Amino acid sequence: MTPVAVMVGANRIVPAAGIIHPLGSADLSPDDEKALRRRIVEQALQALRTEVAGPTVFTRE
Amino acid sequence: MATETLRVVCYVNQFFGQLGGEEKAGVGPQVMNGAVGAARAVQQALGDAGTVAATVICGDNYAAEQAERAVAEMVALVAAVRPDLVVAGPAFLAGRYGVACGALCAAVQAGLKIPAVTGMHAENPGVELYRRQVYIVQTGAEATRMLAEVKRLVALGLKLARCEAIGAPATEGYFARGVTRNVVAGASAADRAIAMLLEKLAGRPFASEVPRPAFPPVPAPRLAKALEGATIALVTDGGLVPRGNPDGIEALNATRYGAYSIEGKASLDAAQYDNPHRGYDTTWVKQDPHRLVPVDVARELEQSGAIGKLHETVYSTVGVATTLAHSARMGAEIAEKLRAAGVDAVILTST
Repeated sequence: MTPVAVMVGANRIVPAAGIIHPLGSADLSPDDEKALRRRIVEQALQALRTEVAGPTVFTRE
Repeated sequence: MATETLRVVCYVNQFFGQLGGEEKAGVGPQVMNGAVGAARAVQQALGDAGTVAATVICGDNYAAEQAERAVAEMVALVAAVRPDLVVAGPAFLAGRYGVACGALCAAVQAGLKIPAVTGMHAENPGVELYRRQVYIVQTGAEATRMLAEVKRLVALGLKLARCEAIGAPATEGYFARGVTRNVVAGASAADRAIAMLLEKLAGRPFASEVPRPAFPPVPAPRLAKALEGATIALVTDGGLVPRGNPDGIEALNATRYGAYSIEGKASLDAAQYDNPHRGYDTTWVKQDPHRLVPVDVARELEQSGAIGKLHETVYSTVGVATTLAHSARMGAEIAEKLRAAGVDAVILTST
């Protein structure tokens, strides 16, 4: 849903793991799922410390 | 045939009322007989159709700094003249003036039941604030084409005063008020859609009948401190609620949000939570609420010192078929509470 986030003017946007479980995935083992969640949250923190001039999508490094 | 002559009151600021420039911006409302300053253009545009009986003049700073009082005083001055129509401005791109024009027109319509019209540039903040309540004619940024633009204001004002039918925004030249009106079209929807598609494919201009809502740009705030010293809050529009949904958050078209404490919780126990959201399959986030609100990971980042503090309240609502107006209101209320609690930044998880 990142295009919607861009359209409404959200400034720091991190693509997550999907609509039905943005911060997880039932297909992964519990450890891998938590690692995925941690990666997304850390990327959100990285976005927070980045200066942006307008809607910016932070794609996975 | 005798034409009924309308009584008109004009409102202008200190500059267009010829009191002076910024040095006179603090003067309070006053009324003068007849057409004064820019109001003379209104009289010229009215011709025989009406008479500017009085001009109300108010300094921009007075109107902006004590808006409610200024509007109340001006409404009283207008009421005393008993006009059939109020013409405010035009304010062009002048922000304080535009907001005052919109506020006065809205108050005159609501309080005195007298039609009112104003004019301003598309980027005047008065447009977004008042276009739903007030007919605002689109003008240029500056007064260079004053008379031609005042003529359009007056033409619309006369229609309003005479209770004549008002055409569509594009026809009459006013900003859309968000009103949907039934009309009989000359061609079926399918024919019109195909015609638009053909114009689009040919690279020719076409006008959609369903304009997309305009989202004004949101300034991007800068995180003022290091993450290691910052308080971070978790917010979601994915519908996390405690079991039993104590706030009764709606399954769709939500008007409410909840504030839920995570104090002392290293993680969320799935048995204690539920999710009324009807916009996606909530099976997986009910199995494990962290798939929606990452309290577990955020706590670890708090423990390790990567962030200063995790805010102890999670705000949650249901974002599906939620109106823009309710979303904006809930967002503003939540932001207000977070700011008051000393939160520096938010991670908002969305489905």
